[in-house]
Amino acid sequence: MKYPGRYGPYGGFYVPEVLIPVLEELEEAFYNFYQDKRFIKDLQLLNRDYAGRPTPLYHASRLSEHLGCQLLLKREDLLHGGAHKVNNCLGQALLAKYMKKTKLIAETGAGQHGLATAMIGALFGMETKIFMGAVDVERQSVNVHKMKLCGAQVIPVEGGTGTLKDAINEALRYWTANVSDTFYLFGTAAGPHPYPTIVRHFQSVIGTEARQQCLEQTDRLPDKVIACIGGGSNAIGIFSGFVDDRQVELIGVEAGGEGLTAGKHAATLVAGRVGILHGVKSYLLQNSEGQIAETESISAGLDYPGVGPEHCQLKDSGRAKYVALEDEKVLDAFELLCRCEGILPALESSHALAWLMQQKEKFQKDQLIILNLSGRGDKDVGIVEKYRKL
Amino acid sequence: MKTYADVFSGLKRAALIPFFVIGDPGYDAGLAIVKDAIDAGADILELGISFSDPIADGPTIQKADIRAAKAGMNMQKALRFIREIKDYRDIPIGLLIYYNLIYQYPAEKFFADAAKAGVNSVLIADMTINDADEVTHMAKQAGLDTVFMVTPNTSDSRIKEITERITGFVYTVSVLGVTGSRDRLSSTVGDLIARIKAVTNIPVCVGFGISSPDHAKTVAQAGADGVIIGSKIVSMIEKNLDNPQKAREDISGFIKQLRKALEE
Repeated sequence: MKYPGRYGPYGGFYVPEVLIPVLEELEEAFYNFYQDKRFIKDLQLLNRDYAGRPTPLYHASRLSEHLGCQLLLKREDLLHGGAHKVNNCLGQALLAKYMKKTKLIAETGAGQHGLATAMIGALFGMETKIFMGAVDVERQSVNVHKMKLCGAQVIPVEGGTGTLKDAINEALRYWTANVSDTFYLFGTAAGPHPYPTIVRHFQSVIGTEARQQCLEQTDRLPDKVIACIGGGSNAIGIFSGFVDDRQVELIGVEAGGEGLTAGKHAATLVAGRVGILHGVKSYLLQNSEGQIAETESISAGLDYPGVGPEHCQLKDSGRAKYVALEDEKVLDAFELLCRCEGILPALESSHALAWLMQQKEKFQKDQLIILNLSGRGDKDVGIVEKYRKL
Repeated sequence: MKTYADVFSGLKRAALIPFFVIGDPGYDAGLAIVKDAIDAGADILELGISFSDPIADGPTIQKADIRAAKAGMNMQKALRFIREIKDYRDIPIGLLIYYNLIYQYPAEKFFADAAKAGVNSVLIADMTINDADEVTHMAKQAGLDTVFMVTPNTSDSRIKEITERITGFVYTVSVLGVTGSRDRLSSTVGDLIARIKAVTNIPVCVGFGISSPDHAKTVAQAGADGVIIGSKIVSMIEKNLDNPQKAREDISGFIKQLRKALEE
């Protein structure tokens, strides 16, 4: 490998030997193409005409009034497919095409990354396999159906807990046996180098746009930027635009599930310990011996025991602050955005909103806050209905 | 304590190296199976420690990991298991493990305790020479041999880099993919052995997908110094969960066949 792929002590590529040549090939291709003029132009057109970029930075005036601050929503929920996932999928699939790979594989938890990959697989005419935990296949059947409609093969993974981490295990196993023609389209800013760097790069469009829009619309930078964190791709995407603006506070909100004391959560940065999983050194949820823990969250998209290495570094340096919010508060936040603004947020993104609600009394009226609304909540209506009778 | 070098220098044939997950299907039953395997003719043992997320393993070993974990296996018990084997027979033992278990133990203490229990080497499934500096000095300090993998897609120059860091044997992966028994032996395994032999004199042991006495014989004839058989053996435990005695007999019989094939 040309680069160490480290964010402080975190990151790296802790993988079986068989994957080293493939990761080297991927690293080389990424650094060859990401600044290539033709590649950049191809990606810009796809982002504009297929995905629907730029997304608006919307001043949510009624919710601002309610919270006592000035809230700007970065509307990634308006993208094709309904979430920020498409940014990364278009970038990586284009890279796959430039590398002359003909097949795509991906893991998925809630199905959002799987769906985005299936869409792009159809768009590029590439054979696509999606690995998904058997439990997730069951509870996200609508997304499974959508993936199949786009021509992807959905492979239920029975082993382990039947969730996202098991889907990643199986996708990695499949990849080791099919490295020559298959591109592994990794969904979040974690995994072995160079994935954290690649995913950050393709998601950084969120932060770049948001910063520019904020300056254009308000003539100033925000005081705070907030995003939810599972693996951390939407958060690193928007943080990347502001990380050098030291005066802008960065806040990541993890899934508190049923509560940190109950042990049923996915708050990796808040409650985890450093370890190694899926090729990367990062904070992890695990038992004292190092066996990986089962996670729990109302939002399948945050239900992951690891987290991207750059977030670990941002936590240690204090540049970003990480908190966790529980399911109940997330549901309150979901309902609040629906009622105040007529926008249905994904339960993932509702975590970030829930933190804002908790801080309600602490804002000054002119405080400017950008919240990354990473996805829309249509997929979650059934889940919310189960928890809360309207 | 018997070393790998002792075994390889004393044999005129390829070494027979069966693999087991420690404590599969349970502590006592697993121990009985491994002791039988030694009596049936194993020269070296390759033992795995159960992990929740074994990315280099196929379904057979994954299920064995789950069985061992459910039966209450943990690191302390695994080390005790190894000590009991060493008390039974002085046979070299290679551990196969995922890095997080070592990292949490923590690492320095792990290598010392493993050596004390009687382990000869520790192969970390998810660590390559790129990150090995994190732990190699600890392994050396503990007096352990080093073992790394070479795979069919490893370049010649990297094979050289890898083998320069090995003191035990080259763990040669015969196929692209994860562990698991396969009907046919990879046609490229002979080439791979030759590519490794061209750059090193260190013993070359071949594993992944070796499932029959014929496979073992073919690999040995291609120049391998050792043959590692895992999933095929572990599947015999899986098939006989309701009849542990039969598992012992099947495995013992299979190892005798393998040994015979290597002696022919």
